[in-house]
Amino acid sequence: MFASFDFDVIGRSLGYLFFDGMTFTLTLTGLAALGGLIFGTLLALMRLSGLKLLGWIAGLYVDLMRSLPLVLVIFWFYFLVPYIGQWLTGSSRPIRVGAFTSSLVTFVMFEAAYFSEIMRAGIQSISKGQPMAAQALGLTYSQTMRYVVLPQAFRNMLPVLLTQTIVLFQDTSLVYVLSIPDFLGAASKVAQRDGRLVEMYLFAAAVYFAISCVASFGVRRLQARIAYVH
Amino acid sequence: MIEISHVDKWYGGFQALKDCTTSVAKGEVVVVCGPSGSGKSTLIKCVNALEPFQSGQIILDGIKVNDPKTDLPKLRARVGMVFQHFELFPHLKIIENLCLAQEKVLGRSHDEAMAKGAKLLDRVGLKEQARKYPAELSGGQQQRVAIARALAMDPIAMMFDEPTSALDPEMISEVLDVMVDLAREGMTMMVVTHEMGFASKVAHRVIFMDKGEIVEDARKTDFFGSPRSDRAQKFLSKILSH
Repeated sequence: MFASFDFDVIGRSLGYLFFDGMTFTLTLTGLAALGGLIFGTLLALMRLSGLKLLGWIAGLYVDLMRSLPLVLVIFWFYFLVPYIGQWLTGSSRPIRVGAFTSSLVTFVMFEAAYFSEIMRAGIQSISKGQPMAAQALGLTYSQTMRYVVLPQAFRNMLPVLLTQTIVLFQDTSLVYVLSIPDFLGAASKVAQRDGRLVEMYLFAAAVYFAISCVASFGVRRLQARIAYVH
Repeated sequence: MIEISHVDKWYGGFQALKDCTTSVAKGEVVVVCGPSGSGKSTLIKCVNALEPFQSGQIILDGIKVNDPKTDLPKLRARVGMVFQHFELFPHLKIIENLCLAQEKVLGRSHDEAMAKGAKLLDRVGLKEQARKYPAELSGGQQQRVAIARALAMDPIAMMFDEPTSALDPEMISEVLDVMVDLAREGMTMMVVTHEMGFASKVAHRVIFMDKGEIVEDARKTDFFGSPRSDRAQKFLSKILSH
């Protein structure tokens, strides 16, 4: 069955696939996770602030992002960001925004909705006595959050946050719709150039599978360690 | 030093405090007791505004607690508070638990905070535990750390909210010993507790609360000798009969 396949194409394109493609994918995953976590934590704090308007805005944002297909958001952002940039800077022409910047902004905004729900659960898992003790010592609300509540919420939620990041790692392959050479995009380019679709897509699937599996295993180990320390 | 006058507090339709009036002078040790749900903890949490109240007023060292203009974090930093469940910060080492507020609230340098923290840990007999995490300590040790953490802020008064009721019996005395020392050094204290031994040893006054009211506010000798109210007599006979 494999007689007509040529798996050498993989070996020939390894450099391009990993140095260009995988570097892009991992950079995007890392930066989007970091940005999404920061923005998501802000959203979570808004929802828990007790201020009705802030909570409502954050809730609406989260619901909106979670109700849209990611591919659509990626597309929309790619076409909209130049115009938003134009509007913000008041320039006469749409701002040129690279595909990387555009997709990074998209993923940060999209992931923030998911990370905010995780951080919200994390913050709510901290007993009320903790912020009370912090306030009794004279810490302000923001100091209480920064030094007492958020570090604990983050640590409790770390396994879930990392699992979400693995999902993000797989989702970044959707930037392929913008013809960006991420790992899947690179594999797809080679596949079409050399007419080796089956081989390249099989290989790409194997790589995503292997990385995600190893990462999930790592998360489970971490989870066991956190459980032990508590 | 602490003037509580006509304080009312509701949780929705439930009145947790009813017209509570009392005061604590500088250097005085006041024990607050009463059946559970009687509002004891709520009362002392009102003193540093951890619990808001709807009417009446509390004046702490000349500052009105329920004035919207009062800088609450600053006010709270001057009153030490010890909780039933210790509430040490589990993600920080013991010494870091003692340093956090000293540095972030009082603006002390790290070295200064560390020195003060080490001194107070030594005082509660836990110098060796400075580098451990709270979960590695016993309940009694954690509560002593919590007292040291409060003292590190150089408070003008200390509030204790049932400090020994979450402890195993054999650990109660190590915490009470620290509190007795503190009382004898002249610290102003309000202590919610059922430890009548502690009350009879160091308290100046005993407040008995029931259903949100201050039923009895008497000098220690009067309270233990002949409580005026039936409710206080019943309460005492119940907890002293064993």
